[in-house]
Amino acid sequence: MSMKVSTRQVDGVTIVDCSGRITLGEGSVMLKDTVRELLSKGQKRILLNLGDVNYIDSSGIGELVSAFTTVRNQGGELKLLNLTKKVHDLLQITKLYTVFDVKDEEAAAVKSFA
Amino acid sequence: MTEHRVSYTLDSTLETVDSAEQAAGKVATEAGFDEDEVMRISMAVREAAVNAVLHGNAYDPGKKVSLVLERTAVDLVITIRDQGKGLDMSKIPDPLAPENLLKTSGRGIFLIRSFMDEVQIHPSQTGTEIKLIKHVHGPSEGGKEASQ
Repeated sequence: MSMKVSTRQVDGVTIVDCSGRITLGEGSVMLKDTVRELLSKGQKRILLNLGDVNYIDSSGIGELVSAFTTVRNQGGELKLLNLTKKVHDLLQITKLYTVFDVKDEEAAAVKSFA
Repeated sequence: MTEHRVSYTLDSTLETVDSAEQAAGKVATEAGFDEDEVMRISMAVREAAVNAVLHGNAYDPGKKVSLVLERTAVDLVITIRDQGKGLDMSKIPDPLAPENLLKTSGRGIFLIRSFMDEVQIHPSQTGTEIKLIKHVHGPSEGGKEASQ
């Protein structure tokens, strides 16, 4: 299954609901394009909901890092929500778990944006 | 003794990456690995296939990727070979080094080594061969990897 993305606004935060696979090709490109489009519209508080993402490869990890640094460099914040165990474990072994701001409850995550 | 062996010659395309991943998942499942191990094995093979297609053959339609999956009584052995210029191992950074953590690439080999019991990398001027080994009855007491 490829990746599917939808966005919604909650209290000034854009929640990006992702599902499927973030892998080399379509999935990574879709994530990149989504974040780029949000930034172009001035939406710089981004919460990536990965609750339905069951697979990320190294390219997808790279795209998460790219999204994180791109948003931060434009003065925004990108946080991760609802990691599956597989994605959580991947971020642990790549030492990225502490780089990202990872949340597990949506309302609290939205409130955490400055 | 090889109990089961299947080999493929694949084009240098993204479809090859998906095909290699799926073939590895199927063989690993048949070998009796649990769901988590199947995921790790198929992801390792996916990463090796990405390296072969992108970095080895550079999407060159004239170059092929060889994929061989072998199951013995004790091991699952997956060999992927490209026809590129040969991987320069000295240029592979440590993705866990603080200065590399925020890099957007360079984690493929690391993930492969994390997920497999043994990894042998043989670069040459006519391509790179990477052999991924998973012990059917769990990891041995030996080293995690043997690369050159």
